[in-house]
Amino acid sequence: MITDFAKPTAPSQDKRWRLVDTTMRRLGSQSRGLIEALHTVQEAFGYLDDEALRYVAVSLRVPLSRAYGVATFYHFFTLKPAGEHTCVVCMGTACYIKGAPQLLKAVEKDLGIAPGETTGDGKISLLTARCLGSCGLAPAVVYDSNVAGKVTTQALRERLVKWTRHDS
Amino acid sequence: MTPDELEQIAEEEQGARHQFEHRVNVCVAAGCISCQSDAVKGALDEEIKRRGWEKKCQAKGVGCMGLCAEGPLVSTSDGTLYKHVTAEDTGAVLDALGGEPVSRLVSPTEVPFFQRQRKIVLEHSGIVDPERMEDYIGLSGYSALIKVLSEMTPSEVVQEMVKSGLRGRGGAGYPTGLKWSTVAKAGGSQKYVICNADEGDPGAFMDRSVLESDPHRVIEGMLIAAYAVGASEGYIYVRAEYPLAIKRLRIAIRQAERAGLLGTSICGTRFSFRLDLRLGAGAFVCGEETALISSVEGKRGTPRPRPPYPAQAGLFGAPTLINNVETFANVSSIILNGGEWYAKIGTEKSKGTKVFALAGRVMNTGLVEVPMGITLREMVFEIGGGIPDGRQFKAVQTGGPSGGCIPSEYLDMPVDYESLAKVGSIMGSGGMIIMDESSCMVDVAKYFMDFCMTESCGKCVPCRVGTYQLNEVLGRICRQEGTAADKALLEELCDLLKNTSLCGLGQSAPNPVLSTLRYFAEEYRAHLEEHRCPAGVCGVQEHEVVA
Repeated sequence: MITDFAKPTAPSQDKRWRLVDTTMRRLGSQSRGLIEALHTVQEAFGYLDDEALRYVAVSLRVPLSRAYGVATFYHFFTLKPAGEHTCVVCMGTACYIKGAPQLLKAVEKDLGIAPGETTGDGKISLLTARCLGSCGLAPAVVYDSNVAGKVTTQALRERLVKWTRHDS
Repeated sequence: MTPDELEQIAEEEQGARHQFEHRVNVCVAAGCISCQSDAVKGALDEEIKRRGWEKKCQAKGVGCMGLCAEGPLVSTSDGTLYKHVTAEDTGAVLDALGGEPVSRLVSPTEVPFFQRQRKIVLEHSGIVDPERMEDYIGLSGYSALIKVLSEMTPSEVVQEMVKSGLRGRGGAGYPTGLKWSTVAKAGGSQKYVICNADEGDPGAFMDRSVLESDPHRVIEGMLIAAYAVGASEGYIYVRAEYPLAIKRLRIAIRQAERAGLLGTSICGTRFSFRLDLRLGAGAFVCGEETALISSVEGKRGTPRPRPPYPAQAGLFGAPTLINNVETFANVSSIILNGGEWYAKIGTEKSKGTKVFALAGRVMNTGLVEVPMGITLREMVFEIGGGIPDGRQFKAVQTGGPSGGCIPSEYLDMPVDYESLAKVGSIMGSGGMIIMDESSCMVDVAKYFMDFCMTESCGKCVPCRVGTYQLNEVLGRICRQEGTAADKALLEELCDLLKNTSLCGLGQSAPNPVLSTLRYFAEEYRAHLEEHRCPAGVCGVQEHEVVA
């Protein structure tokens, strides 16, 4: 067994890698800290790219296949960068029976993208959620991490138009 | 912290509370925050300052008050509850203190929604400031822990839990006392306590509310459990989708550590307990205990066959106690009031109260806590206030993707573990979704099967392939392309999944299909034979997608 294990150097000088290092150290730089480390990477960089997966895997001494396996097993992790704005439509049961499918269709039609995709100009990402736990306010949509309740197709469309126009 | 110090804090807190002439509580749980209740709180603070009322009136951010659909909610020490409060209303609310309430904002509390509830788990929800430990201590928080550490042996604590008859609130209803005693008896110097806060059922938000509203209550329950079973380390496994709950748990853990309620030699005894958070990453299967353990270990969340049960070989191979948030939240009340007191509430086999999340096509959506044994009719029509827009009740769905749809003929059935199982559903974690005639039950079955298919971890074949096939068949029926043979095929596949899947996800995935087949056979018939959807849901959307 290799006991003399050199600590890998971070992929870049970016200070955000220090956050990742802190998380890994806090959990004893062991394989059990893999999920927490990936959470920190995603929080800091927005998504998990190959470089980040490789760095975390080497640091925690797990095969890259395991890091990749974990990153793709859990829905919360994303391997692609998100758009400038994100629109998350909740598809929980309460939202579903109160019209979430119609909301989703409206966005899909207006933006021409499916859930998990980002518009060509990189402005808006469309996502769906299993359940936000805001069932009392169904149907719910998250606009850039702000939850909005009792959303109508019209309100949703207005927001999308605002996002598209505002920045152009 | 010593028991005396704790008592001193409690007295100081109670004294401080009486100094204020008026107190105004603003709900700052996720439901109301998404209706901008934080702006209401900010405006209140400002207005109090502007008026120079700092010594006279206290504004406090508190947890969930239950009536989520009417948020932001504000309550006052006069006993008035206000709904839909905006930042502009704060002046009027302050003016009305000690006098006539602002009538246009008043939400009546003399209604079944509030009157029919019996609060144990939510006892301090909407009263206590979730971000201040002293406030929790002022409401006799952590006194159950002191009682346990100073007066009771671990086996006496387990006995008290056995006496209470409390059953696991995560859904399966395994007797909590029995689980504790198994872990307590297991050998080994290292044991773990895990709180399952991976509330994955869509349409359920009980655990989120408890964690956001009263996090110390859950920590106290875990501490007592750790003392009883002899564990020195614990984890709360919480969904990453609940950022506010995570934030408040982090604050609560830090506060408890500083006060010496977590860490080594707690309250000057030999008892030590270290608690940490682990974030889930969006996998429904991680609600299953062996999958959850695997996830805490930093691996893919796939279940493994039991036995050995986690009570014998769990986290890192050590004996592990896993309970749900609501189960832990019941513990301190049981210790303070005694197991016998708890056992008097509820029914013969299902003791105590249960928190339900009412959602869907019902007037009062929100969070309620009721004694076990209440009827579904009382839940839907009295507490829930009935169906809006003059529509007809069709079904109530309990237990999420593992549960079933219960039709109107069972409305007078009591809500307890056995009765729900008898009609083909389960108690589940407490999500209760009400559907009216605008929901197509075949579409609902398809919705849940699509969920189970996506969430299947892929480890065992019956679940991985079976959910896919069931989803295909249901999709065909929804597109009006089903044939007479499809119904038999559904039944056969359901039977296969139920009997051969590795874990609860696959075993219970057929429940939504089986229960709708059983109670809404007519709707399946209309789809299969007449190629029409009585509720007008199926088919319409499909064409829209094409267009």
